[in-house]
This record gives sequence, C-alpha cells and structure tokens, in this order.
Amino acid sequence: MKRSELPDPFEQARVETGFGEMNDQNDPVTMLLRLKDVRKTAHNWKTFQSGAEPGRIVVPSEVNIRDTRQIPFEVDPPMHGEYRKVVEPWFKRPLEEAYQAKLKQQINDIVDEVLAKDSVEVVSDFSLKLQSRALTLLLNTPYEESDVWIGWGTHVFRSEGVALDGDKANILYDYIDAEIDRAIENPTNDLYSVLLNSEVNGKKLTKEEVKGVMILTFAGGRDTVINAVTNSIAYFADHPESLSRLQQAPEITGKAVEELIRYFSPLTHMGRVVTEDTQVCEHAAKADSRVSLCWASANRDGNVFDKPNEVVLDRKVNPHVAFGFSHHNCLGATHARQIMHILLMTLAQKVKSIEILDAKDNVEDLDQFQRKVGFDSLTVKFNPSI
Amino acid sequence: MAKITFITTDEAQITVEGDSGSLMELAVQNSVQGIDGDCGGVCSCATCHVYVEPEHVEKTGEASEIEKDMLELDDNANEYSRLCCQIEISDQLDGVILRVAP
Repeated sequence: MKRSELPDPFEQARVETGFGEMNDQNDPVTMLLRLKDVRKTAHNWKTFQSGAEPGRIVVPSEVNIRDTRQIPFEVDPPMHGEYRKVVEPWFKRPLEEAYQAKLKQQINDIVDEVLAKDSVEVVSDFSLKLQSRALTLLLNTPYEESDVWIGWGTHVFRSEGVALDGDKANILYDYIDAEIDRAIENPTNDLYSVLLNSEVNGKKLTKEEVKGVMILTFAGGRDTVINAVTNSIAYFADHPESLSRLQQAPEITGKAVEELIRYFSPLTHMGRVVTEDTQVCEHAAKADSRVSLCWASANRDGNVFDKPNEVVLDRKVNPHVAFGFSHHNCLGATHARQIMHILLMTLAQKVKSIEILDAKDNVEDLDQFQRKVGFDSLTVKFNPSI
Repeated sequence: MAKITFITTDEAQITVEGDSGSLMELAVQNSVQGIDGDCGGVCSCATCHVYVEPEHVEKTGEASEIEKDMLELDDNANEYSRLCCQIEISDQLDGVILRVAP
C-alpha cells in the first residue's frame, strides 16, 4: 500500500446497514454512512439539530471542555441564517485578487523554504506554518501573530495520546478573550473588530457571540487544513506524474482540489442531536440521542462515485460532501479551497518530486472503525524542478 | 457563439456570449451576481443554481440524476431548476434566458 493511501474503513457497514455505532464518553453516536442519507439528514435541521448543548454535536464531544456556543455552527435556522449573513461576506474575501496575491506569496515563500532543506517534517514545519500564516489573512491580523499559533502545536484541542485536552483548549479561549478585549480597546480592520461592530437582528454581537465565531474560525480550520496539506504532500510524493500533469494542464487544478478534498475528507464526521423519535436507515434514533454525518464515508459511496477509492485528478462530476452539506456547509471553504489551489499550482511549478523518508499515520479510533485521516508526522525531501 | 441572458434576483439583466466551457464559468467570468461556483463546477456546492425560463427548457435539456439529487434538497428548487455548472455552452443554447435562484 502506498503511504499516501487513505483506506475506506466504512465500506462494508455502508453497503450492509448504512450505519455504524460509536460510543463517545457515554453519549453514543449512530454514524450515517451513505451519501444520500448524510445529505438528507444534514438538510433536516428540525429533527437533527445543531443548536444543542454547546460541544455536543462535535465528536468526540466537547461538552466537558467548552460552554461557549460556536457561531453559526451550533445554531439552527432561522437564527443561523441571520448570523451567517453577517459573517459570510468576510469569509468570501479569499475570492479577492489582493487576498490571493498575499496567499500566493506566503505559499511561494514556504515552498522555497522547504526546497532548501535536506529533510522536512511536513506536519509541523510545513502544514502548521502554512495554515497559521494563511489564517492571518482570513482574520486580517498581523503576520507575526502566526508565530503564537504555531507555538500551540498541531492541535488546538488535542495533545498526543489525549483526545480532548482541556488545558490546550483554555489556551485558545484565553487568547481569544484577550484579543477581543484588545479589539474593544483599539479597534482595527481585523475580524474581531468587524464582528464587535456587527449587528444581528438590530443588536450588536456580544463578546460571547464574537468569541463563538472566533473559536469556530480557529478550531474548524486547523486540523482540517493541516491534514489536507500534509496529505497532499504525501499524495504527490507517491504520484510525481500528477505534479507534472498539473504543471502541463493547470486548468484542471480546480477539479484536482475538489478531488483531493473528497479523497482526504479532512473532517471525518459531524454530529447532530435528534429532537424527536425517528428512524435512520431503518434503525431507531431516539429523541436526545446523537447521530453523525460521516462525510468521509459518504465521499466513498460507490453508488455515487465511480472508482471511489482512487484519486481521479480531473474528476468531472464530484458531488462530495467534504465541506459538509446544506445550511451548515463549511464557512471556511473559500479560504481552504484557495489554499489548496495555490498550493497545487506552486508545487506543480517548483517541485519535481518528493521523497518520503519517514511517516507515522494518524489513525482515528471510531470504535467500530479505525480511520487513517492523515499523519502524525511525515518526513520528506522536496526536489526542485530546475 | 451562443447568446445567454442571466436575470439576477434584483432583476438586473446581463446578456453575454460564449462558445465553450460551462454556463457557470461564463457567469462567474462576467460577475453575474448570485452565481458563485464555489466548487469550480463539479456539482458539489449548488452555488450556481438557476431557473431556466420555461420556453427555453428544451435548449438546456434535463438534469442528470446526480444533479437532481443535489437540487432535491434545495429549498428554492422547482421544476425549472438547474445547476448551471452542469450545462455546457453550445450553439444549441443560443438565446436561452436563466433566472438566478435566491
């Protein structure tokens, strides 16, 4: 098996029953595995809610480490839509040319940095740095701020061997509290200041609401982007022909981004809380229990995707759900897509090949399933094109 | 060359010409408001939803099953709905009128 391969551990259960079961801190989760079911359930916010106790729709549950509601993520319609209207234009800024030029410069610089080295540990010395620096653009904060975030390590909530690390979470929450206070004192053009100045239904956002948006922005875009970037490097190490193809046919880059994101599915699943007794896949789902929408499984559904376990770089029809589906689709997707797009263009242009020197898989324990989501560490040598 | 008309939700009418690529790409290139095409045209994001004017439905043809599945869960979809990333530009489309969905 190639090092970059991410096997599909859900296939048998997806075909046979359509669901899997996972215990999570005594709050079990029924995982929905088929694309159609995942979509339908994501769309049905009345029966499968996001606005439950803060932290409960996340798997593993964060109810024990967080009281702040993430916004708009843990809010249901119609209020969800009101929040979304406020934040959406800001999160579409990655479509602007000036934003893309800055991101391109950042990615250009970091690729040059790693090309000059004999060996690079991709997770901490490439992906984490790239993700953190790019986040300064999304937040419109000074570039130097990224050094603080890089210092936190690869996971905001998770330490090695510990699924949920309350101390680490507090570092983030305390940091955000301090930044909000700073923005109240000295407003700038950053996201904190813009949010503090925003109104929903005629009322200014409270500090707690601003904090909810900021936690979501930090937490949602960290592991996911790091995994997508690291997995891309592993993929191109195993597939140098794909690098040359992208170099020769840059017009397929957009399709390649979608396909890699489908294949990687950096976020395995997201939960919902059931509001009334119902059924999923002919399986009873009781009120106040949890289900999860397993994006990673849905994205390998053989009823929808031809050759689901292969990366088909120019896949033309690709109705994946790697960024979620319906009301709660990923707010940071525009930013993430730009990162991937520019990364692929830059690698295709500057890198001839990548050698994997050492790799340690990051495997999620989902009880019934073990899913490789990326790497704990990946050491490579980048070889330049010229 | 086909003449394509988009009508945005605020009733702005934009007529453009194209000879290749998808209608979504044409709309994005011409900054048609409400057509985002976030996923670049692979039928994954539903941000290029349009209604084909009833008298022009023959020009665009029917949606594929995958496209129909996407539209089925869009609250604003109706029988004239299409994701315009899935419509390739050809002479056959000449004169088509599309309303951008909200």
